[in-house]
Amino acid sequence: MSGLGDGLIDLAAVAVLAVAVAGLWRRDVRALVGLLRLQGWALALVAAVAAVRGRDVGLGVTAALVLVVKAGVVPVLLGRVARRDPGAREGAPLINVPASLVIAAALVALAVVVGAPLHALDPTASTALAPLGLATVLTGYLLLVTRRRALSQVVGLLVIDNGIALTTFLLTSGVPLIVELGGTLDVLLVVVVIRALLGTMRARFGGIDLDGLSELRD
Amino acid sequence: MAVLVLLAPVVAALLLVVVRPGALAAAISVAAALVVLAGGVALGVTTHGGRVVHALGGLVRVDALSAVMVIVIGTVATLATAAMGHALGPTPDAPSRRLARQYGALVQVFVAAMLGAVLAANLGVVWVMVEATTIATTFLVGHARTRPAIEASWKYVVLCSVGIALAFLGLVLLYFASAHAGAGPSAATLDWASLRSLAVHLDPRVTRLGVALVILGFGTKVGLAPLQSWLPDAHSQAPAPVSALMSGVLLTVALYAIVRVKAIADVALGVGFVRALLLTLGLLSLGVAAVMMIAQRDLKRLLAYSSIEHMGLLALAVAAGSPLAVSAALLHVVGHGLAKSALFLGAGEVHHAESSTRIADIGALLRRRPALGGVLGAGLAALAGFPPFSLFASELAMFRAEVDAGLAWAVALALLALVVVVTALVRAARQLLLGPGEPAADQAPARALAPMVAALAASAVLGVVAWPLASLLHAAAGVVG
Repeated sequence: MSGLGDGLIDLAAVAVLAVAVAGLWRRDVRALVGLLRLQGWALALVAAVAAVRGRDVGLGVTAALVLVVKAGVVPVLLGRVARRDPGAREGAPLINVPASLVIAAALVALAVVVGAPLHALDPTASTALAPLGLATVLTGYLLLVTRRRALSQVVGLLVIDNGIALTTFLLTSGVPLIVELGGTLDVLLVVVVIRALLGTMRARFGGIDLDGLSELRD
Repeated sequence: MAVLVLLAPVVAALLLVVVRPGALAAAISVAAALVVLAGGVALGVTTHGGRVVHALGGLVRVDALSAVMVIVIGTVATLATAAMGHALGPTPDAPSRRLARQYGALVQVFVAAMLGAVLAANLGVVWVMVEATTIATTFLVGHARTRPAIEASWKYVVLCSVGIALAFLGLVLLYFASAHAGAGPSAATLDWASLRSLAVHLDPRVTRLGVALVILGFGTKVGLAPLQSWLPDAHSQAPAPVSALMSGVLLTVALYAIVRVKAIADVALGVGFVRALLLTLGLLSLGVAAVMMIAQRDLKRLLAYSSIEHMGLLALAVAAGSPLAVSAALLHVVGHGLAKSALFLGAGEVHHAESSTRIADIGALLRRRPALGGVLGAGLAALAGFPPFSLFASELAMFRAEVDAGLAWAVALALLALVVVVTALVRAARQLLLGPGEPAADQAPARALAPMVAALAASAVLGVVAWPLASLLHAAAGVVG
């Protein structure tokens, strides 16, 4: 089990980061939502394997929660928003794709450097993977700041959140259940709030392009 | 008592969903805020001798510092809900009954989340509650449904969620460090009292990274530069009572989280690390605020940048960290809460009466609307740190404590920024208040002005005699000093 479990965790953790990086070159907003769903599955797998390995009931609950919320409810909610303007594509991102992939590579290197003390404190196979979580967080920030469509920015926000969750599972087998529950509820509510906000934007202004958002300045 | 305090706004929120907007709904809003205030005072009486109250199976932990924050939340919530009174019926503020209902209930949810943050024993729960304030206030910021209001609430929810995500990552690292602090993985904790007793054993490299992320993350919600860009938009677009709550108390609730983490970091890393971080953020905020205030043309944005200025001053005092500095900072938190809510409510009345908050569009208020103009003038004087208002006393005490801590250079820089800020406030006050004019026919009703007068009077009293709070503030500073 241990060998198989290690292999599965390795694979799923790498998949979380790979999906985040793939997000940098997809422009189709609906494809981004699909990637988010894939990332949710990979994340749930990491949590599930860690739960089985540590015989940790709390983490098992967390894994189920991740599967339902991050691979289920959240992509469905965002998918509905995306379907309302079919063919919505990101215009030219602020940084072109090859350049953003180079930056992503640099961010991964940064994550490895920053993550070194984590592995040094607790040298196990799973803490060695923690830089993958940090790299996912940084890639999420990159996605967020280089995109101009509202929905792509939300995907960036959720990638950051998934990166943090991955770091949590790899380092400490999850945070206390109450914090995990509260945090997941917050994520869910943020998505609900944002969806309502986008609905208002569309009803009022006929679109959800953020370039129109430039009235407030000093 | 702590549970009662938490329940009051939750029950009120549920009631406001079913009760028809009107006089009864307004009374429920104010009553819940008064229960919070009374509960805060009771908690203060219980804890000022150093007692700690636990409740809800250890989830809630109240010491003197939490009690001070509950009192501030209760005070500003009372002022804001009293001013909301007439807004709970269908008014220009809330065009439909559904929106009016949503408005009243969300304000209570917002207050409940802030209370949860300052009463929680676990830093993870503190984080969850602070993020919950963002969620509750997003709709409130966008309440006017105008284009700028929607833009402000979009920026608010995205930037604050992204910023505060950093804090969660930082907390995960602290949790990881606590699992390897020598007491075995089962001792892993986010309970801040336990973390503090473990602190000497925390791995410094991991802790340093975690603490830096937590401070930057919560710093976003405090409105500390360089992550402040959401603040002027959100605070200027929200309805006046919501601005009062956000500016007067939400910012300092986020600062409260930083103070708790600093108490852990000072033991684990020595005082130098967090001090350097907070000095940088604080001075940067003061600089940004001074520059933006001197060029500011909108009254509400001027007030918003003034909040960034005051948060900068507070960051410097927390950086100094001595008991004197912290108790002065807490007095400043109280004083800022009072003065800033009075002013935001005043700006709301100005907007109501003049249909604009552009400073150039408004003039001669002292002649045209003497009561409103007088309140606004007194409020701006309080904000600028003039006596007898308590911000004068607390700024003086904070600066003294900072000089004692060897930070005279930072005080010099802060004073430089303050000169610019005071100039900006005086200039705005002259434009708003002075000039020739005739009394207008539609003076602001006494009921609308009463909360502002009460807030400024309380601030003036506290500036002269701090005795009602002195022993509690002292005890609160002792908790983290």
